[in-house]
Amino acid sequence: MLNLQPYADPKYFIILLLALLPLAIGLYFGKRFAWYEVIVSVVFIFLMFDGHKYHEGFALIGYMIWQWLLVWAYTIYRKKANNSWVFYGATVLAIVPLALVKIAPAAHWTHVTTLLGFMGISYLTFRSVAMIMETRDGTIKAFNPWLFLRFMLFLPTISSGPIDRYRRFVKDIESVPAREKYLDMLGKAVHFFFLGFLYKFVLSYIFGTLLLPRVEHMAMLSAHANGGWSWWLIGVMYAYGFDLFFDFAGYSLFAVATGYVMGIEVPMNFNLPFLSKNLKEFWNRWHMTLSFWFRDFVFMRLVFMMMKNKWFKSRITTSNVAYIANMLLMGFWHGLTWYYIAYGLFHGVGLVVNDAWLRYKKKHHVPHNKFTEAFAIVLTFHVVMISFLLFSGFLDTLWFHHHH
Amino acid sequence: MDVKTEVVEILNTIIGEDISDQMDDDFFESGLLDSMATVELLLDLETKFDIQAPVSEFDRNDWNTPNKVIAKVESLMG
Repeated sequence: MLNLQPYADPKYFIILLLALLPLAIGLYFGKRFAWYEVIVSVVFIFLMFDGHKYHEGFALIGYMIWQWLLVWAYTIYRKKANNSWVFYGATVLAIVPLALVKIAPAAHWTHVTTLLGFMGISYLTFRSVAMIMETRDGTIKAFNPWLFLRFMLFLPTISSGPIDRYRRFVKDIESVPAREKYLDMLGKAVHFFFLGFLYKFVLSYIFGTLLLPRVEHMAMLSAHANGGWSWWLIGVMYAYGFDLFFDFAGYSLFAVATGYVMGIEVPMNFNLPFLSKNLKEFWNRWHMTLSFWFRDFVFMRLVFMMMKNKWFKSRITTSNVAYIANMLLMGFWHGLTWYYIAYGLFHGVGLVVNDAWLRYKKKHHVPHNKFTEAFAIVLTFHVVMISFLLFSGFLDTLWFHHHH
Repeated sequence: MDVKTEVVEILNTIIGEDISDQMDDDFFESGLLDSMATVELLLDLETKFDIQAPVSEFDRNDWNTPNKVIAKVESLMG
């Protein structure tokens, strides 16, 4: 049976672009063929979850019914009342399926994974939770079942983002870009596709497929004699870090490019993250739609709540607590393993230290020139790379599951 | 005091420097305002002007300069 995983091989791109051609022609002539777009999306989503992945397909359908009912019911409720506990309840219910799927591997609930898990569950959850929060704030005022489905199941971004926002998405999908603008988007799409090919099929292949297994093997061999440490670990760190970036940034470029072909300005996910001068800037450039989601729906709301209820006297304490909580939650979201949680904590503490440094810099005279900037970039890059080594789980294999 | 003077005063306190000569400068781009300071700004505006400015009302493209904040506050005051 034909099964097509998004952006996996050249065949996918050819079939996808052929299927999208009528849509693109329509957009060029100022028409958006909504029905055609829906049919193409349904067919491609079916092809993602058919064959041996059928159980994921059923999980997706069940999940969508759950979220659909939840957001719909909450919107109806919100028009009449605004009790905080109902809001918390709705948010928790929206997160429950994802939480179960994330807990399942650690708790060895294989049946839960089979029943509820499907590729992309995280990214759909980010979208629906954001909708509930914005409905509470009153910035989303109505539930449109049709737009809800098109937003949640938007084909280019269904499996791994970028995470769009409902109001932004609706603005695009309910209109047609002017011809000049659409041609500009198509030009960008071509550029993004080719850059994505370079990232994912050349650079990520070099770092992830060619280099990484070799350095990992060498690190394993030398660890035996050196109590778990060796210079090869540095090689693993660079190979893994670059692979992670080029693989995910490449994928994200494909998703954005496909969105552009469909006349939707899907937000970018990466903006030269390795040129960041500090950790805060890094999180404004790395997996941006995720970190902005956490910024807007976790960090800022947490700070808002803590300040409004005056939990802490000092604003510094408030922001430090929020940084750690925010990044820890991101760590937990990646999965319940010590290294994901440690990765979250690492970045939480990193942001606290970073902020203390920025405050110090504001008060005292710190020399600033090309060399200090270059030093800051190299330092930030290495802090990030160390965190990726932690994130990779290789240390776990090396130290705790490596039997000689 | 009018809205403009009060907003500038709030911004000056939060940012810690006088911004009255950069009314159209993007304070996110310049790094003068971060997410933390943004929340402080929203809370201060809520108290001072008795307006509802929830976090999701806050769009970084509409609130990124002192002048735009003033315009937003005026529109929220109705």
